[in-house]
Amino acid sequence: MSGAAFPTTDTVDFLVIGAGAAGGVVAKELATAGFQVVVLEQGPYLSERDYSHDEIKYTFMPGLTNDPKVQPVTYRKSEAERARPMKAIEYGRQVGGGSVHFTANYWRFHESDFHERSLYGAVSGADLADWPISYADLEPYYTKAEYDLGISGLAGANPFEAPRSKPYPLPPMPVKSSGVLFERAARKLGLHPFPAPVAILSQPYQGRAACVNCGFCESFGCEMRAKSSTLVSVIPIAEKTGRCEIRPDCYVRKIETDDTGRATGAIYFDRNRREVFQRAKAVFVCANGVETPKLLLLSKSTRFPEGLANSSGVVGKYLMWDNGGEAQGLFEHPLNEYKGIQVTRLIHDYYAADAKRGFYGGGGIDARFDFYPAGFALHGLPPDAPRWGSEYKQMFETYFNRTMMLMAHTTSLPVAKNTITLDPDVKDAWGLPAFRVTYEYHPDDAATMKWMMEKQIEILEAAGAKKTWSQPWDVVDNMPSRHLMGTCRMGNDPATSVVNAQSLTHDVPNLFLVDGSNFVTSARQQPTATIQALAYRAADYAIRAAKRGELR
Amino acid sequence: MAAWPEILAAQKHARTAAGPPPAHFETLDADTAKEIEAIAAQIIPSTGGPGAREAGVIYFIDRALSTFAADDRETYRSGMAQLQQKRQELFPKSTSIASLTGQQQISLIRQVETSSFFELLCTYTVLGFLGNPSYGGNRGKAGWHEIGFENRMVYEPPFGFYDAEVNREPIGEEKK
Repeated sequence: MSGAAFPTTDTVDFLVIGAGAAGGVVAKELATAGFQVVVLEQGPYLSERDYSHDEIKYTFMPGLTNDPKVQPVTYRKSEAERARPMKAIEYGRQVGGGSVHFTANYWRFHESDFHERSLYGAVSGADLADWPISYADLEPYYTKAEYDLGISGLAGANPFEAPRSKPYPLPPMPVKSSGVLFERAARKLGLHPFPAPVAILSQPYQGRAACVNCGFCESFGCEMRAKSSTLVSVIPIAEKTGRCEIRPDCYVRKIETDDTGRATGAIYFDRNRREVFQRAKAVFVCANGVETPKLLLLSKSTRFPEGLANSSGVVGKYLMWDNGGEAQGLFEHPLNEYKGIQVTRLIHDYYAADAKRGFYGGGGIDARFDFYPAGFALHGLPPDAPRWGSEYKQMFETYFNRTMMLMAHTTSLPVAKNTITLDPDVKDAWGLPAFRVTYEYHPDDAATMKWMMEKQIEILEAAGAKKTWSQPWDVVDNMPSRHLMGTCRMGNDPATSVVNAQSLTHDVPNLFLVDGSNFVTSARQQPTATIQALAYRAADYAIRAAKRGELR
Repeated sequence: MAAWPEILAAQKHARTAAGPPPAHFETLDADTAKEIEAIAAQIIPSTGGPGAREAGVIYFIDRALSTFAADDRETYRSGMAQLQQKRQELFPKSTSIASLTGQQQISLIRQVETSSFFELLCTYTVLGFLGNPSYGGNRGKAGWHEIGFENRMVYEPPFGFYDAEVNREPIGEEKK
């Protein structure tokens, strides 16, 4: 922490709400362009010295994520049900947000992902729509993100990927046994495996050291600063300008507007739960796909009775989920998958939708091992394994180093009745309504996952697995969702979307929203690269607009 | 190598985070601890190597009930009371779970294995066996040793059998 410190009585140029994957990028872009920026972050300001390899703390307790004891989440499958408390969604809650604890998969969208409606037509029961931007509009910003943050990968290795203006700044990470087995099997089946693009340094980069393969990426903060979170990459640059203040432990409850309908700043609870009003000339909400719509719904006024920027009524609608199934295989020799980053190889052969399958959707499949020791013994064994006793012990001891997983990442269709709303009954520790998640798979989402599961098992068998098994995939088993998308969708028509092609709200001329909530479609999961590309693009627009005097 | 000072700092941090094991129980009384330990030792027995007993799982459970899992104390109290009742039904002459034979303990557990309390006990036993030793269990890293988990900060490839096998092939190299 070495940035600026603005008196709260100042009207700063930009207020950024949320210091995560998007907010960190926006703060750095705005501050380096010469603007004053205050960033309000719900969670604490931690560093690599605060992190550890403590599985209990980071996977069995909230660790780096939202704690339902203080911020309850309620869930129901449909409007007909009464929602009950359940950690249906999970997000990173500290400076750096989800970019601190994510697995670091960093996929660009394909060109087709921006035009699915035009390419494939309507899907019954879903509101599939084209994005108002194309891959070509976003490409320069994907490249900027990859170079600013530090992404490892191999350009050209994925025959299905969209054109790139530059290779990755860093070569791929070392392959693991899961990657080798997967690559062999996939090639045998005529598929096209490629090294996983990840936000982890394979070599020293911009003053940070390379990854040392400790294996504690997913759910953990990186003790080596080798995971390219915004916390260790762009936020320090923002602070170094002397124009950016990161204000942690600040929980925003309302965005204020003036008589003309412009945003004037935000009211937040500081760490002592004291209410503070921070004025700004323009506001960016980068709070994530559930906190952003929640804040808009909380920011009601006589001018905006249905919530801020919600004249369309779609704020909170079209929540899309972290879809995909898990299949595991047991192998003869030790894989020692606990060493090294989680994912080193994947395929995009089944990414494109194909009407011949009889449903809409597709996905990628990666080879990984998602488990740490206790989690594996509790959740990693085949469903028919004993749960206690000497056979159980022998199984988890034998299987731990001989198991790998194939994980699919599949379409989540935009469905209007899948929503984030304010729970009418349950309140959080600050007295604000809990957010209520209403979500059920579209039938095609479920069909995609089942179809992909057959492919996953086929690949595991081709790899020589002695035994294969899969996890159940009812939506309740696929919780919490960590990819939070679609709830303030982007579009050209103010009647059916919340933000325009620049991530600026249709209704409020100085209010930007940029995070997963912008997503019109979910592509095939792995939203972080696109969230960050959108953030660079929105910041670029905001800087030009501010210099023209449009944001006042 | 620019990374070494950071590695040393991280390892030092990991060492200081792991405190010494407690000398006594904070929440459980000695008799209850013995009873719970007898069940835990059937969940992860000492066959073929150290089990829940040798790994000090009971110290983990006591520490958990004293700290982050204090809310579960009542569940343990009522769960153990039901278990004792079941023991008296099955083995009327017995005085404790710990004094039953291994086979008797297994028969007792079979009667309750689908109960939520037993599932909770399984979870705690596994956490105490394979979780970070700083919580009082996994003594001497016995659990990690059993499964072959090294918990080092740095590993060099090859990591496993299959990547070692192809290590000479140019997998992952930059295409020209």
